[in-house]
Amino acid sequence: MNENLEAVIREICQKYANDSARMMDIVRDVQASMGGVSKVAMKAIAAAVGVAQVEVESVVSFYAHLSSESKGKVVIRLCNDFIDRMFGANRVAETFEKEFGIKFGETTDDGLVSLEYTPCIGMCDQPPAALINDRIVTWLSTDMASRIAKAIKEEGNIDKLNLPNGDGNNSHPLVNSMVHNNLREKGDMIFANFVPGAALKNAIAETPVECIKNVKASRLRGRGGAGFPTGMKWEFTRGADGDEKYVLCNADEGEPGTFKDRVILTEAPELMFEGMTVAGYAIGAQSGVVYLRGEYQYLTDFLNDVLQKRRDAGLLGKNILGKEGFNFDIRIQMGAGAYICGEETALISSCEGLRGDPKNRPPFPAQKGYLGKPTSVNNVETFCAVAKIMEKGAPWFAQKGSTGSAGLKLFSVSGDCKKPGVYELPFGTTVKELLQKVGAEDAIAVQVGGACGITVAPNDFDKEICYDHLATGGSVMVFGPGRDLLELAHSFMEFFEEESCGYCTPCRVGNTLLKRRLEYIIEGKGTPEDLIYMETLGNTIKHTSRCGLGQTSANPVLTTLQNFRSLYESKVKPSVDGLQPSFSLDKAVGLSEEIVGRKSIHHHD
Amino acid sequence: MTKPKVATTSLAGCFGCHMSILDIDDRILKLVELIDFNKSPVTDIKKFSERCLVGLVEGGCCNEENVHVLQDFRKNCDVLISVGDCAIMGGIPAMRNGISLKECFQEAYQDGVTVYNPSGKIPSDKELPLLLDKVYPCSAIVKMDYHMPGCPPSADTIWETLVALLTNKPLDLPYELIKYD
Amino acid sequence: MSDKIKFTIDDVEIEAEAGQTILQAADAAGVYIPRLCANKNLTPHGSCRVCTVKVNGRSQAACTQPVAPGINVESESEEIKAYRKSLVEMLFVEGNHYCMFCEKSGNCELQAVAYRLGIDAPKHEYLFPSRDVDASHPEIFIDRNRCILCGRCVRASKELDGKNVFQFVGRGIHKKVAVNSDAKLSDTELAGVDMAVSSCPVGAILRKRVGFAIPVGQRLYDAKPIGSDIEASRTDK
Repeated sequence: MNENLEAVIREICQKYANDSARMMDIVRDVQASMGGVSKVAMKAIAAAVGVAQVEVESVVSFYAHLSSESKGKVVIRLCNDFIDRMFGANRVAETFEKEFGIKFGETTDDGLVSLEYTPCIGMCDQPPAALINDRIVTWLSTDMASRIAKAIKEEGNIDKLNLPNGDGNNSHPLVNSMVHNNLREKGDMIFANFVPGAALKNAIAETPVECIKNVKASRLRGRGGAGFPTGMKWEFTRGADGDEKYVLCNADEGEPGTFKDRVILTEAPELMFEGMTVAGYAIGAQSGVVYLRGEYQYLTDFLNDVLQKRRDAGLLGKNILGKEGFNFDIRIQMGAGAYICGEETALISSCEGLRGDPKNRPPFPAQKGYLGKPTSVNNVETFCAVAKIMEKGAPWFAQKGSTGSAGLKLFSVSGDCKKPGVYELPFGTTVKELLQKVGAEDAIAVQVGGACGITVAPNDFDKEICYDHLATGGSVMVFGPGRDLLELAHSFMEFFEEESCGYCTPCRVGNTLLKRRLEYIIEGKGTPEDLIYMETLGNTIKHTSRCGLGQTSANPVLTTLQNFRSLYESKVKPSVDGLQPSFSLDKAVGLSEEIVGRKSIHHHD
Repeated sequence: MTKPKVATTSLAGCFGCHMSILDIDDRILKLVELIDFNKSPVTDIKKFSERCLVGLVEGGCCNEENVHVLQDFRKNCDVLISVGDCAIMGGIPAMRNGISLKECFQEAYQDGVTVYNPSGKIPSDKELPLLLDKVYPCSAIVKMDYHMPGCPPSADTIWETLVALLTNKPLDLPYELIKYD
Repeated sequence: MSDKIKFTIDDVEIEAEAGQTILQAADAAGVYIPRLCANKNLTPHGSCRVCTVKVNGRSQAACTQPVAPGINVESESEEIKAYRKSLVEMLFVEGNHYCMFCEKSGNCELQAVAYRLGIDAPKHEYLFPSRDVDASHPEIFIDRNRCILCGRCVRASKELDGKNVFQFVGRGIHKKVAVNSDAKLSDTELAGVDMAVSSCPVGAILRKRVGFAIPVGQRLYDAKPIGSDIEASRTDK
């Protein structure tokens, strides 16, 4: 048994040249082949690639999709983010639990099925959604959940259900998925016609330095949300010492409510790969890596096929488009369920086969990034914009959008609206204009920028969505009358508690404390002092956390406190006689009563 | 002129902090010039007979009686002070917080190596206050105004703090007097 | 003279060498900035955030942020002091810190920093986690109740001992220090003399049979606050 296990692991490790930097691929493959990465497996991997066993354990224990325990043959990961719950995820969960006779977090005794919850899987426009192993199912009803459960119990998979494929490339034989694009409004940028090579031809007609100058002139800023000027990032990377440089594409689209990269990857991967290749030319890199979130595994065969076609067409590989010495190729690195890996230095850590901990800065990735080499990490959409800039020219791009935020932007709109989906609109569009387009004029709140963004109140709906006012990497979640915004804030705090890497104190501990205090308030056990406590704690987290995740993790509480304070005020009441309302004697003696077998006789409350 | 009243109690504590109060030695004579003790093991007064300025609370809350006493202190005292680490964070009794209550009972009354209990019953006499699910710091149950750390806080710390409070002067304890052990 | 970098901490001018971190430069100048994960023999970690300062108005960890000419560092402002207190209080409520019977008490850096910051009691709710103790090793034990996840053992084992005994596993509030074996510390190559043991700032990794060796009153932080040694060398007095 063990000999067999070791042989399998040796083979997997050899496939990746026993390179510890490919640890993510190795542990993913081991998990796929054995259902989990046991301690014995960790030891074998460690021996094969020459690292300590505890280093392997460190990686496996970090990612939500990896496990040291053996999971069921079929793992159902139901998305339980706020939007999916709004549209019935709880009822779907109950159906699965009833059908399989287990609770979420458990595996059936026969080892057939594991039920797990997962944060946003990038399907908020078609909720509730779930991952069944690598396959995505959307618009789940209780009825469909029953059918899925029956199929799994009878066949061990859902192949025979013949779930209808989605539109566009979702029906491509290599994708074969029921996911829908819901592409509601196309601008003349990302989803416009594009002839592969068109951008590259223009790029290589210039020097790399001129190329970067063009990107700078276009005023393009990073589409992931932080908005760093792309041209400047490239300039730093190009200027850094070293011959070996890297282009990394951040396709770890994990911000709750964002799914526009998924549509790019499905419908415009050529544009993205071309943008990466332009970046390779501009900064002098020979290799690119697309870090693809584990949830989008279903797209890998398709993307690898596109890459192969580009190689065949001379758009990747050696002497690209006949340009002597211009060599560049791209590989896809799969993630394994960790929101933090969307942070650029955590993404680099993960690509290096490590836990997804962010790195200390300085040095910045442009100086010392992937494998210690100068690296530019850009968003999927940013690379697409670069390709269009090369094709159409910097002025064409620069004149679009608003003053500080040039260009068009993709918005992923979900929640209480008639037309959820992807919209390509100029920066500077107001919330109100967007709500009209999506059919949500009665919204009581709009979450701009995802969990780490801002909960916007109606009196701010005139504000523009752009880097200077309401910044977003694309996520726009709409909430209609009757939605409980404190529950929304709570679900985001749960998300951050779960997704914090745990490296620094304020994010690791502070978010747990903040979430608990919010729970007291929601339960009606909060006092006015608790609001001040939460504000102070939230600001401490914001100002002392080490990376962007931590620095924005208190936003769900801080921005609702700012924009919807009356909701909190209606929940809290001053403590009576100096008693802490969060303490309940009834609850505290409940266990004792059960064990001892009598009721408390001192009960007053 | 009536003197301010002070009450003291030991909840889930070891009376060590009360010993430390007595450790102020002859300064206790000065103290009784400044204050009157009301409900306290020092006076053996069981029920508050007057409103108190200061309540000194030793120990955290491990059972329902502790909770009632603490809440009573909060109602009857203007200023409530956690005296010692048990009042502040549960202290040694809170070591059970990492273990389930059921296991605690089993170890104490059924499975422990020194237990002699042929009936195997867990005591349930109604005179015994029920244990809480865990040991709570005082501040989790009522609002505490000040905290005096230490196990126990030294007599000097207690003396300086009380004098500052009673004479309405700012408290500036020297470094050596703030200790958690 | 020309390769010296000048900047200010709380309006005091500091001279630093290029390549130093703010914390290193402050130490050299006799200005103490509280810290827990930083240790002068180890690579900066930047995890406890207790050394947070403001550099030209922006929060940074002094232990990882390099000096630069003319920067204005704010360290002892009311705002920064409040952050530090809150962070140290978080570490106290995150674990189970029973100072009253811990052998490290009096020599513990967490405790000493808390004393120095004037913390009487944490303002956060105690979390009382269930954590384990590993006493399998003949000379050393780990009490994870006391661990503050500073990563000094992880770094010291690698950087100073040339081993790889410790590493973090899990994430978020469930993160903990694991050892390089199937389960037990005794199955690792840790030795009693390893720097990974002595580098622990708290009582989480301790040598057995030492106990309360130093009488109360004579321990490292009984009489003088942590950082006093650094401040003793202050040059601008």
